[in-house]
Amino acid sequence: MLSIRQINKRYGSHQALKDATLELEPGEFFSILGPSGCGKSTLLRILGGFETPDSGSVWLGGVDITRVPPHERPTNMVFQRYALFPHLSVAANVGFSLSLGRMTGAERRRYVDEALALVAMEGMGERRVQSLSGGQQQRVALARALICKPKVLLLDEPLSALDLQLRLRMQAELRALQRRLGMTFVFVTHDQSEALSMSDRMAVVNRGHIEQVGSPAALYDHPATDFVASFLGTMNRVTVQYSAPCNQSSDHVWVNLDGSNRLRARWSQGRPLPAAGTPVTMLVRPEKIGLREAHSHEASVVSTDGRELSLPCQVSDMAFHGATTQVTAHVANLATSVTVTHLNRDSLPAGLSLGSRVQLVIRLDLDHVLIAPAIPPVTTGG
Amino acid sequence: MASSLGKEHSRPRPHVVAYAVSLVCYALMLLPLVAIVFYSVLAPSSTDGDAAWTLTLDWYRDLSNDDQIMQALATSLWVAGAASLGATILGVSGALALHQSRVRFKGPLSVLVALPLALPELVLGLASVIWFGTLGLNLGMSTVIVGHITLTTAYVVTVINARLTDLDDALTDAALDLGASPLQALWRVTLPLLTPAIGAGAMMAFTLSFDDFMISFFTSGVDRDTLPMRIYAMIRFGINREIYALSTVLIAVTAVGMVLSAALRRRSVIN
Amino acid sequence: MTLWLGLFLVGPLVMVALYSLLQRGPYGEIVWHFNLANYQRALDPLYLRVYAKSLVLAGSTTGICAVLGLPLAYTIATSSKRWQPTLLGLLMLPFLTNFVVRVYAIRLILAAEGPINLLLLGSGLTTEPWLMTDSAFAVALGMVTNYLPFMVLPIYVVFEKFDFTIIDAAKDLGARGWPIFRRIILPLARPGLISGVSLVFVPVLGEYTIPDLLGGAKTLMLGGLITEQFLRVRDWPFGAALAMILVLSMVSVMGLMRLVGDPATRRQRGFIPG
Repeated sequence: MLSIRQINKRYGSHQALKDATLELEPGEFFSILGPSGCGKSTLLRILGGFETPDSGSVWLGGVDITRVPPHERPTNMVFQRYALFPHLSVAANVGFSLSLGRMTGAERRRYVDEALALVAMEGMGERRVQSLSGGQQQRVALARALICKPKVLLLDEPLSALDLQLRLRMQAELRALQRRLGMTFVFVTHDQSEALSMSDRMAVVNRGHIEQVGSPAALYDHPATDFVASFLGTMNRVTVQYSAPCNQSSDHVWVNLDGSNRLRARWSQGRPLPAAGTPVTMLVRPEKIGLREAHSHEASVVSTDGRELSLPCQVSDMAFHGATTQVTAHVANLATSVTVTHLNRDSLPAGLSLGSRVQLVIRLDLDHVLIAPAIPPVTTGG
Repeated sequence: MASSLGKEHSRPRPHVVAYAVSLVCYALMLLPLVAIVFYSVLAPSSTDGDAAWTLTLDWYRDLSNDDQIMQALATSLWVAGAASLGATILGVSGALALHQSRVRFKGPLSVLVALPLALPELVLGLASVIWFGTLGLNLGMSTVIVGHITLTTAYVVTVINARLTDLDDALTDAALDLGASPLQALWRVTLPLLTPAIGAGAMMAFTLSFDDFMISFFTSGVDRDTLPMRIYAMIRFGINREIYALSTVLIAVTAVGMVLSAALRRRSVIN
Repeated sequence: MTLWLGLFLVGPLVMVALYSLLQRGPYGEIVWHFNLANYQRALDPLYLRVYAKSLVLAGSTTGICAVLGLPLAYTIATSSKRWQPTLLGLLMLPFLTNFVVRVYAIRLILAAEGPINLLLLGSGLTTEPWLMTDSAFAVALGMVTNYLPFMVLPIYVVFEKFDFTIIDAAKDLGARGWPIFRRIILPLARPGLISGVSLVFVPVLGEYTIPDLLGGAKTLMLGGLITEQFLRVRDWPFGAALAMILVLSMVSVMGLMRLVGDPATRRQRGFIPG
């Protein structure tokens, strides 16, 4: 329905967007996620008609709207700092788009009341916008945009100015609203947990380049690039040796952990396979690995059914996080430390404390491990 | 930066020397005004040169009877009104253009706008005279108005531009997004929000024009005098005690004006 | 707007530049023969003396304004929030009155029958009235009184953003009084001072009204000289040349200030927290 094709945009010497291409389905909540300055706001502004791309096009419902100005476009935007008109009341703000046309005052009032009810701001019509709290202003901005019944609603980091509790509440409300209306929402944010929790599908953008598009689960569990892997949640990174491609599956490769142990894992999409013996980076999520008591003199071992690999390690740090405990342990075979997220609902291995020797357990049958070319960890922002 | 409350506590008491100097400064700047007001109601008694002064309203009476001054006053008001109008129109459009102009033009354009502010009025005045002469225009009230507009537009643009940059650009974007054409956005959002700045700019232009001496001096030719020119002539050609009365009246009028505009501003803030 | 400015601002200024290169003919008309004769004439010691006097006046006015203005700005900036608007308003109050009137008021005060002389005579300190009008002193007084706010305001703006805990820190480290002033307040006020210098020196250099009304025939300044060329002698080209010299002096002073100011402002930005 909303189609973004090969958008390029450059500001002076800075390439803000490179060949950006996206296809949005009707009625979906789509997030664009990325660090500051990655180009996500530029993309949104192009969608809204406030910028024109250098090349590429934007199609809505089969119509090329690339050069259509904002006031003629069937899209509406909720701005980052709301951009409510300070000289107008709440009702006048919400009814602004209607007041440009030929509607009578009574009709306008009806629609405005409807819109205010939609965002739970009934009766606030006569208030001045300056007297509203951040959350209330946000709802007014929403109502003002929704009253135009756009085909696509664009939201430019609308929750970033709110404090945590309010933000969580608004996330839920926005999601419920979107489902109720069945409208396509395009939501830009730099907060990865926000994007993960709210979206039907999402795109991760890094330095003007769309790295991966898919459902939150797909991006989290099967990140296609190192950047996506690092940007969503936390990742353990371990340097290992590339061994050989996997015969049974073109997506997987074998890596050499420590000379005696081999591991089969997914290879990051689209990257050329290196030579055997090249160092590569192994990425695995802390909550996908576990700890187990060590039986005396247990070495690294692959379980008899081939589903588990366990490696001896020594605990170096433990941090209590309420629902979880983050345990950092040094793994001799891998010559590095990894972090394990342990759900406190289950009990920790008996006597686990600083310095204890335990076994690190990695499941081999589930696709938890990703291999990427060995580049230094990507620093977010750019 | 520290919160304003914290700053209150840590604001040091100035040195005694600073206080003393400040007092001297204020005395220096305000005494002339006080003197004027005093002298407007005092008259020397002509008894053997001894300084005996009596209170009198003679000067005020002379003032109201002085046709030349009244005419000069009318001229000044008329010129200031016209100049203020012209400067406001030019200034608003100029500030808007400056704000929206592409980066390439912004630099030289802002320099151009700032020129009248930087150059001494002497240079502006004589340059205008030469120019009008080149164009074959006769010097008169219209050239004075033109000169005033050129001078005051710069101030108006500065005032309005300051407010424009304060305004969130997203407001215009929002108006466009909601279906307003660029012209509608200007009319319904930008201009209403600029109204106080426009008012302030217009008042500033009026005051500057009314007060102006140098440019009027150069560009008025043999036509009527503006009030400052009249005062200058009166000073040059002999002491005339009406001047005190006139000055006091002017001070009073501007004082009232200031109080009114401050009250207006306070009202709009509450609103 | 650009059109207007181009027409009525750029045009005139270009003409001034042109005229400065022309000559006045014997009957007062303009001889269109470009040369630098006017500028050579301007180097005549007669005129140079006027120029030098103007420079001295502008310099001393600026200096006095700086010496007076800095403490005043400091006092205003350090007074309570309640008083500041009033104090600033008092500073701007003179601008409510007509410029010419204000200058005249100074003349009034300094006059032989004015209050100062009355006081002196009445208290017996002198037997003859002091002749203070029509002197360089009167002109200087007029300049300072008029241009003081232009020096105070930029310095005030700088002080306003000051984090005064710096002074507490200095006291904690053992400094007091004069050292605090010289080594902390003064350097940090520098950007304001530099703005103030530009705002005072440049207009004073081109002033006409004040020297004319307060200085009398003996004190001819550059502004008066230029005006004289224009309105009395009617040698427009020469007047234009003098005006160009004035503008060039102004531009160089402003450029100088920019040069002196820039590295300082860059250092300031790192120093002042927040």
